Amino acid sequence: MDMVNIKINGMSYEVAAGSTILEAAREAGIDIPTLCFLKDINQIGACRMCMVEVKGARSLVAACVYPVNEGMEVFTNTPKVQKSRKMTLEMLLSVHDKKCLSCKRSGTCELQKLCNDMGISDENRFEGAVPAGKKDYSTLHLERDNAKCILCRRCVAACQQQHVAVIGANNRGFDTEIGCAFEQPLSYVSCVSCGQCINACPTGALTEKDCTQDVIDAINDPDKIVIVQTAPAVRAALGEEFGMPIGTNVEGKMVAALRRLGFDKVFDTDFGADMTIMEEATEFIDRVKNGGKLPIITSCSPGWVKFCEHYYPNLTENLSSCKSPQQMAGALIKTWYAEKEGIDPSKIVSVSVMPCVAKKFEIMRNDEAAAGLPDVDISISTRELARMIKMAQLNFARLPEEDFDPAMGVSTGAATIFGATGGVLEAALRTAADVLEGTDHANVEYKEIRGTQGFKEAIYKVAGMDVKVAVVSGLNNANELLSKIEKGEADYHIVEVMCCPGGCVNGGGQPIQPSSVRSFTDIKALRAKALYDEDEAKTLRKSHLNPVVHECYEWMGGPAGCHKAHEILHTTYVKRDRF
Amino acid sequence: MQKRISSIPFTDTPEQHQKLLDLLEKLKDEKGAVMPALQGAQEIYGYLPIEVQKEVARGLNVSLEEVYGVSTFYSQFSLTPKGKYNVSICLGTACYVKGADKVLDRLVAKLGIQPEECTPDGMFSLTACRCIGACGLAPVLTVNDDVYGRLVPEDVDKILAKYTA
Repeated sequence: MDMVNIKINGMSYEVAAGSTILEAAREAGIDIPTLCFLKDINQIGACRMCMVEVKGARSLVAACVYPVNEGMEVFTNTPKVQKSRKMTLEMLLSVHDKKCLSCKRSGTCELQKLCNDMGISDENRFEGAVPAGKKDYSTLHLERDNAKCILCRRCVAACQQQHVAVIGANNRGFDTEIGCAFEQPLSYVSCVSCGQCINACPTGALTEKDCTQDVIDAINDPDKIVIVQTAPAVRAALGEEFGMPIGTNVEGKMVAALRRLGFDKVFDTDFGADMTIMEEATEFIDRVKNGGKLPIITSCSPGWVKFCEHYYPNLTENLSSCKSPQQMAGALIKTWYAEKEGIDPSKIVSVSVMPCVAKKFEIMRNDEAAAGLPDVDISISTRELARMIKMAQLNFARLPEEDFDPAMGVSTGAATIFGATGGVLEAALRTAADVLEGTDHANVEYKEIRGTQGFKEAIYKVAGMDVKVAVVSGLNNANELLSKIEKGEADYHIVEVMCCPGGCVNGGGQPIQPSSVRSFTDIKALRAKALYDEDEAKTLRKSHLNPVVHECYEWMGGPAGCHKAHEILHTTYVKRDRF
Repeated sequence: MQKRISSIPFTDTPEQHQKLLDLLEKLKDEKGAVMPALQGAQEIYGYLPIEVQKEVARGLNVSLEEVYGVSTFYSQFSLTPKGKYNVSICLGTACYVKGADKVLDRLVAKLGIQPEECTPDGMFSLTACRCIGACGLAPVLTVNDDVYGRLVPEDVDKILAKYTA
């Protein structure tokens, strides 16, 4: 690597050529404050928070985009720099809705933190006109409050990175606001509900739609039996909300917390994932044998499904007709489990805890009501669960480790890795290989399709057939692959798509890490590792070896793909407009 | 000022539509094609309603929001149709200090529309423009190519009457 010599605040450093002043300073142990910067997503030098002095330069420069060069002398802490940072913050505050005490982002707000760090003592130093700031409560998954928007464009860039690009800066100057084309509400445009914009937002301008009160009301209703399920990616991230290191698996404490919050049963969505594998592997084998639509594309990710419906309506037939694990688990709670336990399904409130906000949309889709009632009644995100735990004042770190309730708490390692990109496909291959070849393969690891890169492909020999697979995460990657499939330029058999970059571990409902962490740490890899470690430690690592899965099919009166399974566990899609 | 969005129904002729499609076909592989596409589209239709912007987005394979963002950033683009008579009042410095704001108030009251809007019958549209270089006549307004200067608010009634007769 080419290196250059620079000085930062008078000290000499050798740093990689081509790096920015921000990166070089970080290596030297000096953080330069940023607001609009989000590595690889938004690098536009717009907010002027990161201004530093460079010897010989005419004016202050933006460290986040300014490259280092040989002999450069940088000063990050001069009175001029301090004054500039303060002024930038004070001007932002002059048009900011400063209701920090009741803001959902209080404590995780990057603007709030910088004001504290920089010693802002008067939040009303500049007074003047304040724009009204539009609010958008139209969707099921998020809320926009532009009175708290600092126009950093991180949400816009995140949306563009997802190839959705339905939000942007409209009008100019003082009137500039982030919104949709022709000032339409977000629910009118082709937003896929992924929530990546929420995770990108440094302030409280974008937050998930909070459904915690609905859950609390259900728990406190003596006539209701409230059953909760949690997705694999939740356990890999929830601990971050309580100060634990990224990648800590808190499954046991999470289960204990859910019980103490008053849920009657605590189930694992992983059981639903095992069922998904049974159905999806069967569907794949059926399509291969009977000349069905190939490639079969996974349908676990509701943001991805909505993207396909809006942007590739011609390919909705390629989607697996399987419901997502959340919906399968929900459907089985209100049918099989209710019947087994003699519970009136209408008394059940089925709650899911998801790394995802698109799940709030998914539960309202058509054809997601096996018992004639919604499969899942309320879906909350990892962040909302953390909020409930905080409201109940549970000391998370001191909770014991507990196990899921047995009926739908038994699951395999195959299901656990559903939370990471490549995991669904690996799980499907484990089952397809065994079932088709009639053996119990000892090697269950498909390493070629692991890892956080956005596009992976491999060819596996299964029962004498070369199965060509592709794995994409992040909708920009999905878009590239889909356009090839649409043009007939790709001949894959199975394609796994996860909407969020890196998969569900990096979902739009996960704990929010500030840019200062997110830009320099591979969060998705650390969280995914927690899941792969759990898989490796499990005795059962293949979905078809889950004994409760067999119990469930016995009740349905047939094997995977049987008539009753289709009634309960499969769904339909619609074609939507892009514009 | 935020751009006003027209509520007047969009009308299109096959010739106009074909012209737009030809333009987009020509521009579709160019970098930064949104600006020239919108300029061309505005030449064809006189303004840029959602129907036209959707066609531009589809033709250039970009998002509608990107197109809309550009159309609301530049003051040359209009989201409202021009009337048969476009009344343009200069709000440049000279006109402004000579009372152009009062003339504008009168126009708004008489026409029943705000700047950047068009009357429902399609007769008049109203524009508040920057200096047109006729400061000696301040305050000044134009109706299409006709220029009226040294105005007082009461003059507005007579001027509009000429075009409604």
